[in-house]
Amino acid sequence: MFKHMSAVFSLFVAASLTMASYGAASAADAEAIKIATQSPLSGDQSVVGVDMKRGAELALEQLGKPLADMGFKVELAPFDDQANPDTGVANAKRIVSDPAILAVVGHYNSGVQIPSSEVYHTSGLANVSPANTNPKVTTRGYLEVNRIVGRDDVQGVVGADFATKLGAKSVFVIHDKTAYGQGIAEFFKKRAGEKGLKVLGFEGTEEKANFDSLLSPILAGNPDLVYFGGMYSQAAVLFKQARERGYAGTFLSDDGFDSSDATKIAGQTLIDGGGSYYSTVSGPASVYPGTAKFIADFKAKYNSDPQPFAAQGYDSMAISLKAIENAAKTNGNATPSREAVAKAIRELKDFAGITGTFTFNAIGDPTVAKYFVIKVNSADPAKWSENTVVETLDIAPPQQ
Amino acid sequence: MNRFLRSINVRELVRPIGQLALFSLGSAVVLSALVLILALILDQTVVGQALQEKLNVSLYTYTLINLPQVVLDGLTIGFVYAAIALGYTMVYGVLEFINFAHSEIFAVGAFVGVEILIALDHTGMLKGASIGMSYVFLIFAILSGMAAAGALAVTVERVAYRPLRGAPRLVPLISAIGVSFLLQDVIRLVEGLTSGDFNRIFPTFGNFDQRIIFGKMALGSTSLTLGVSIKSLIVIISAVLMLVGLNYLVNATRIGKAIRAVAQDRPTASLMGINVNRIISITFLVGGLLGGAAGVLYALKFTRIDPFVGFFPGLKAFAAAVLGGIGNLTGALLGGIVLGMLETFAGSYMGVFTMGAAGSEYKDIFAFSILILVLIFRPQGLMGENVGQKA
Repeated sequence: MFKHMSAVFSLFVAASLTMASYGAASAADAEAIKIATQSPLSGDQSVVGVDMKRGAELALEQLGKPLADMGFKVELAPFDDQANPDTGVANAKRIVSDPAILAVVGHYNSGVQIPSSEVYHTSGLANVSPANTNPKVTTRGYLEVNRIVGRDDVQGVVGADFATKLGAKSVFVIHDKTAYGQGIAEFFKKRAGEKGLKVLGFEGTEEKANFDSLLSPILAGNPDLVYFGGMYSQAAVLFKQARERGYAGTFLSDDGFDSSDATKIAGQTLIDGGGSYYSTVSGPASVYPGTAKFIADFKAKYNSDPQPFAAQGYDSMAISLKAIENAAKTNGNATPSREAVAKAIRELKDFAGITGTFTFNAIGDPTVAKYFVIKVNSADPAKWSENTVVETLDIAPPQQ
Repeated sequence: MNRFLRSINVRELVRPIGQLALFSLGSAVVLSALVLILALILDQTVVGQALQEKLNVSLYTYTLINLPQVVLDGLTIGFVYAAIALGYTMVYGVLEFINFAHSEIFAVGAFVGVEILIALDHTGMLKGASIGMSYVFLIFAILSGMAAAGALAVTVERVAYRPLRGAPRLVPLISAIGVSFLLQDVIRLVEGLTSGDFNRIFPTFGNFDQRIIFGKMALGSTSLTLGVSIKSLIVIISAVLMLVGLNYLVNATRIGKAIRAVAQDRPTASLMGINVNRIISITFLVGGLLGGAAGVLYALKFTRIDPFVGFFPGLKAFAAAVLGGIGNLTGALLGGIVLGMLETFAGSYMGVFTMGAAGSEYKDIFAFSILILVLIFRPQGLMGENVGQKA
């Protein structure tokens, strides 16, 4: 047994020696700069993840010229995080051990970004996130971590403001008792109180099927609007049962509701009465003013329409490239250190991307982020993408 | 024809309906009285004032006007629990062990029924179906769910329990838990391979989602519509039919007599010429049929199912069987109705009575605290007889 172990151990040592010598070899090539992407390239979330990578690839192709002119060879290093925290962290360790990598564009899932960025943080490697909305992504206050989208805790505020705009006087707030859903619901409730809405109730539920007893107080209060913080699988069942019991008001939820399965469950009940709305941090690419050329180029290169977050992938790469260029200039046109790149990202002022103009605050949130409220238009699940954006808002992140 | 009619034991048909009506009415009256008294007391306190401020109505009126709806909701879920609880209690009656796989048999019934309806929906037959045809489809789905669940229950007994018949009582219990996990994962595997979809949705068709409206009642500044959805009625009526049928089978037929004999004393029943293995198989079959039907009805009422759908209803039905006195058929009915009622009353009124501090999310805590209290004072359950353990 012991003999066996020692054999395995020596293999392991040999492997790590090879790895080390490989790392040293690429470090010797001072002219090469790599930018990594991390997103799910396989599995059921790969539809979004692959296009996120493609967006970054396109940006590198179109915007890499200034660095090439300075004598650098800029390369893309795509990694597949499989939407899995373990894989993301393992990739992150490989990424930080390659000194040619100066920035990471990445992660689709907050649950993967948060542990992976701990690894980036230990070696000062800059990370620009195109999609992660959990407040914790930036509230840890790491210099290296930035994002270009909005935050979950603002979504509640967006929802409450929208409810006021619809003319609602009273609301009933329900959440799914997860950090995500309850968080959003609490921010909704707070803002609703500030806006003078009457909050008739605030309840959490893990129930997935039988909402009868929860519906009694809701129906008795007959609020103008019912808000649900959580995922579509619960929200749609609740909304359907509420409508069937004669509730005629409006439903409002968060970006967890953004799935065509919602209409598969609730169908026509979402359209009846006051209708249904949900808030989200990323609209379809076409809603951003600067994306017309991007969509055309993307279609020409990949022969398909860009998925959500592809344009954000493009912008994250553009920001990384610009920051590396700035840092290299300060360094006398030599390869900058990782720390210098991370600082350069924070120092960018009013960077004009295709999904907005970005300046990062002290913790890496964009000073203004876009939020959308979308209306469900059709009871047919196949027509989910035809839902219309009814409101686009620019909101600053909370200062923490 | 006359001879056939005379052979029907009318008493055994009427008796369970009477019992069901009595249990439903009884638990409704007792619980209603309790909440009304509580409302009257709390009306003078800060709780009543808070509600007055919010909805401009006194707590007593609020409680009273909500009552009919709460009782209806409680009955619906109560009958579902009762139908599942009968599966637990029948198996306990003959074998004296808890068939924990019963919750998965319920889930399999639900999945088979829903998958058949989804397949019919894909062919477009559901969309254009007339009201009459949609009932035919629904009944077909329920029967398929029953058949699948019944066959599965018999198979499980044959494969996982019969070889352990002589073993200590804990052994088949562990086997049951194993089967439960196995079935859960098999459903997951099959769904993953075929539909790739974890959540299955009961298709919308027929007039099941419609609601029969009884009237509107003013409630402070708003009004409340009292009504019952057609699917709730279907659940209640089907459950009553099944329960009456089961009661008749057990109390008025030769097979029922054999089941009772095996439950009382297995070796003696076998000496009297009863094929004990066959009777035990039949018991599992009947339990499975009821569980499968309950599964499809559950999916009809609550729309969405996933592979773990059986867990909570199964656990609650087991609790209902214990509350009523496990091994006792009438007790399972009573237990199911009482538990469903308790749960719904707690969920509907706790939020108002505690000023939102403990809302309907805590309904289970309340319902199960009552269960513990009952069992402290009546360990044998509400209708159980205090008999010593059989050797």
